[in-house]
Amino acid sequence: MKRERTVVILTIVLAAMLVFAPFLPNWTMFLFTVALCYGIVVLGMMLLIRTGLVSFGHGLYYCLGAYAAGTLEPLFGITELAVMLGSAVAICAGVSAILALLLRRYRDIFFAMLSLAFSMILYGLLVKTSSLGSTDGFNVTVKTMLGVHIAGTAYERYLIFAVTALIAWVCAVLIHRYLNSHRGRLAEAIRDNELRVEYMGASVANTIHLNYVMSAILAGLGGALMAVSVGHIDPEMAYWTTSGEFVFISILSGTGSVLAPFLGATIFESIRSFAYEYSPNTWQMALGAAMLLVIMFLPGGLWSLFRRSGRSAM
Amino acid sequence: MTQLVAVLIDGLIYSSWLFIMAIGLTLIYGVMKILNIAHGSLFALGAYTAASLAGYWFEQGYPAMGSYAVMLVSAVLVGIIAGPLLERGLLRFMYGRDEIVLVLVTYATFLILEDFIKLVWGVDPYFLYQPYGLLGSFDIADLTYPNYNLLLLAIAVAIGAVLAWALTRTRQGKILIAVIHDREMAASQGVNVSRVYFVTFTLGAMLGALGGALTAPMISVQPGIGAETIVLAFAVVVIGGLGSLPGAALAALLVGIVRAATVHFRPELDLFSIYFVMAAVLIVRPKGLFSTQEARKI
Amino acid sequence: MSVILESRQLRKTFGAVTAAADINVSIEADTVVGLIGSNGAGKTTFLNMVTGYLKPSSGSIRFDGRDITALGPRQITRLGICRSFQIPQLFDTLSVSDNLLVGVGIVASAGKNWANAASTQGTPSDAVETMLERFGLQPYREMAAGTLPEGVRKLLDIAMAMVVRPRILLLDEPTSGVSAEEKFTLMDLVMDAVRAQKVTVLFVEHDMEVVTRYTHRVLAFSEGRIIADGEPTTVLNDAEVRKYIIGETFHAKRRGGHAQA
Repeated sequence: MKRERTVVILTIVLAAMLVFAPFLPNWTMFLFTVALCYGIVVLGMMLLIRTGLVSFGHGLYYCLGAYAAGTLEPLFGITELAVMLGSAVAICAGVSAILALLLRRYRDIFFAMLSLAFSMILYGLLVKTSSLGSTDGFNVTVKTMLGVHIAGTAYERYLIFAVTALIAWVCAVLIHRYLNSHRGRLAEAIRDNELRVEYMGASVANTIHLNYVMSAILAGLGGALMAVSVGHIDPEMAYWTTSGEFVFISILSGTGSVLAPFLGATIFESIRSFAYEYSPNTWQMALGAAMLLVIMFLPGGLWSLFRRSGRSAM
Repeated sequence: MTQLVAVLIDGLIYSSWLFIMAIGLTLIYGVMKILNIAHGSLFALGAYTAASLAGYWFEQGYPAMGSYAVMLVSAVLVGIIAGPLLERGLLRFMYGRDEIVLVLVTYATFLILEDFIKLVWGVDPYFLYQPYGLLGSFDIADLTYPNYNLLLLAIAVAIGAVLAWALTRTRQGKILIAVIHDREMAASQGVNVSRVYFVTFTLGAMLGALGGALTAPMISVQPGIGAETIVLAFAVVVIGGLGSLPGAALAALLVGIVRAATVHFRPELDLFSIYFVMAAVLIVRPKGLFSTQEARKI
Repeated sequence: MSVILESRQLRKTFGAVTAAADINVSIEADTVVGLIGSNGAGKTTFLNMVTGYLKPSSGSIRFDGRDITALGPRQITRLGICRSFQIPQLFDTLSVSDNLLVGVGIVASAGKNWANAASTQGTPSDAVETMLERFGLQPYREMAAGTLPEGVRKLLDIAMAMVVRPRILLLDEPTSGVSAEEKFTLMDLVMDAVRAQKVTVLFVEHDMEVVTRYTHRVLAFSEGRIIADGEPTTVLNDAEVRKYIIGETFHAKRRGGHAQA
């Protein structure tokens, strides 16, 4: 019952967004688009955090997805949205499937730091790649959506928003289903006690591998959609502070429901857009303080999720 | 040949810098099990304070050589103000929590301090170039190096030597080793763990600030230097094995030489090379160069 | 009776220390076997080798005619050898029923790859219900495992081993940390569940009363070797066993017995 309720809420929110978005001012619609992109990335983070893993390098896939989509035009002249998104998914799935072979052996700080190292490797490469604009990055354009020409039309913004919302909905429903499946339930079991999971006959390494690849695909999709919405990408997307933002939203949101990442991302984006305007030099301070408050005063809700069972460590 | 010498010298200089940055970080982790992201902010605070105070020193026309003392004082000031403030005011409430939670706490602290710096110093860059050139330079195989680099090397060696001596030869050092080895056991033997934490964090903060103060003459001091530095320091500490002092030294040397070689031969792979070394080392030694693997008992 | 588990010349050394030496044992199906011995005698080492936590230095282990010496915990579990732990290994943030549901889910998604899955009946929630009932865990159903009292943790730990359909169950000191009043209740529940699923049981135990009451056969370990093997009364009266093992645990038993009276 509760499972279906989440899907119902997601569907209502999606419908409401699609219906009301045309009447919103442009900047609000843009804010929601960006929040949805972040939400998709954080949805992937949530999957990892439920498995007990915090990545300080998810910007790797966020950036990789964006570049996988964005470089199609300079390389092959492709400006079709579906192909761009497909490219992001394929490349992130491939890279993460390989890196997971290594990363799945690590936990805690080591997982966080090794992830960070991989994202910084990409950053380092992109910064030195002058054909892709080095630190400046380059502009990304979408001309067609499933073959229909949308560039420069009056409904271009709305369509991109609608596609983002639709993809976010699909991701959220799929992850929701997954988390309530036998396999998905293993995530929290692994976070609590890996040894027991193996002694109940399930593979910890394979489950982590699968969850990691899924979260990478989500991050890549979020990055590609962000590239399309903003129309510009740069290596900053792989910098560790970008990954830090994802961690921040994950902590703020909690991992209780697939709705949480989207709520958290919307709050985050709203605060950011206002803070940029009114107090550009103190908004990180507010973020930091909020994070400390969440860590200190909401330990039961958000934190019990991180705490591995101290008892079983003997 | 010249290039080889250049790689070696550049590598050594860069290693010294990395070591000074990483030593405070690894010390704090070793004793307190906190991977302190805010170390980057302490670095930035040290750099800004040094740039301001030493800048003022030069403006007033005081003896130029005194600026080195001012830089040192800046680091000590930052250490004894920010260290206790963070440790007593925040971190001590978090002891005993998961290591990854502590990382998040220090990340939040980092965010707060980044903006604090912008509030105090603004977003325009500061320059403190004078101390870099004051000491003259030396020539080797057609290459000219400012002697300031030798100072960096000397300070790195001195810090390493003093810490090694203090840890193995003094009572306080042995207490510290005991705490690193087994906190509960040390506490039950009457060690005041709380005080050890306080002192360690303050010392670590001071070393971070010293790194910043010493770096200030070589860079333009501006927002973002903390974020840039902390990830390099992380790489060194993780390669060496979290909490290991000899590990940090070896890792700094390794990363320093590799980076110098990359800059000379394949400059486009500059930043890439450092993290590549980190990934490569962790693949072979999952917990870094100097680490012990503990088995779980069931 | 058919032999289900068999070890040949099984040996484990840690550096200069020999934890298990030349252990030759055959366990018949549907029996309950007690493993006794003082601390460090090799009981838990034996158990850890059978379940794949430790690799034997030499020798072999066969289960149902198949060599399992080189397999890891996961494969061994999937073949039908499951274990409980001296210190309960639970999913502390999950509810008691979810702890069991994890196991039910693993068996269900493995499908035909699960050796003993055929014995599973009904839906996943039925399987969880059955297990909650068998172990008297219904009152704790929604509680997080991390908040349970120790005795209940022990029960849940064993229930989690049973829920993945074992053919052999290995229990590592099931009554340690359980009060004298509770230990027989606990063992009765376990034995009823074991009978309901037709499971062979090996258990490490220090409490001689528990050993005498529940086992068909006792293996006495000392310094990595089996020094006696047979019916409980025979083994417990063996001169060597009395000297090396009981002598040591006798006082403990007396204290336990006293508390019970």
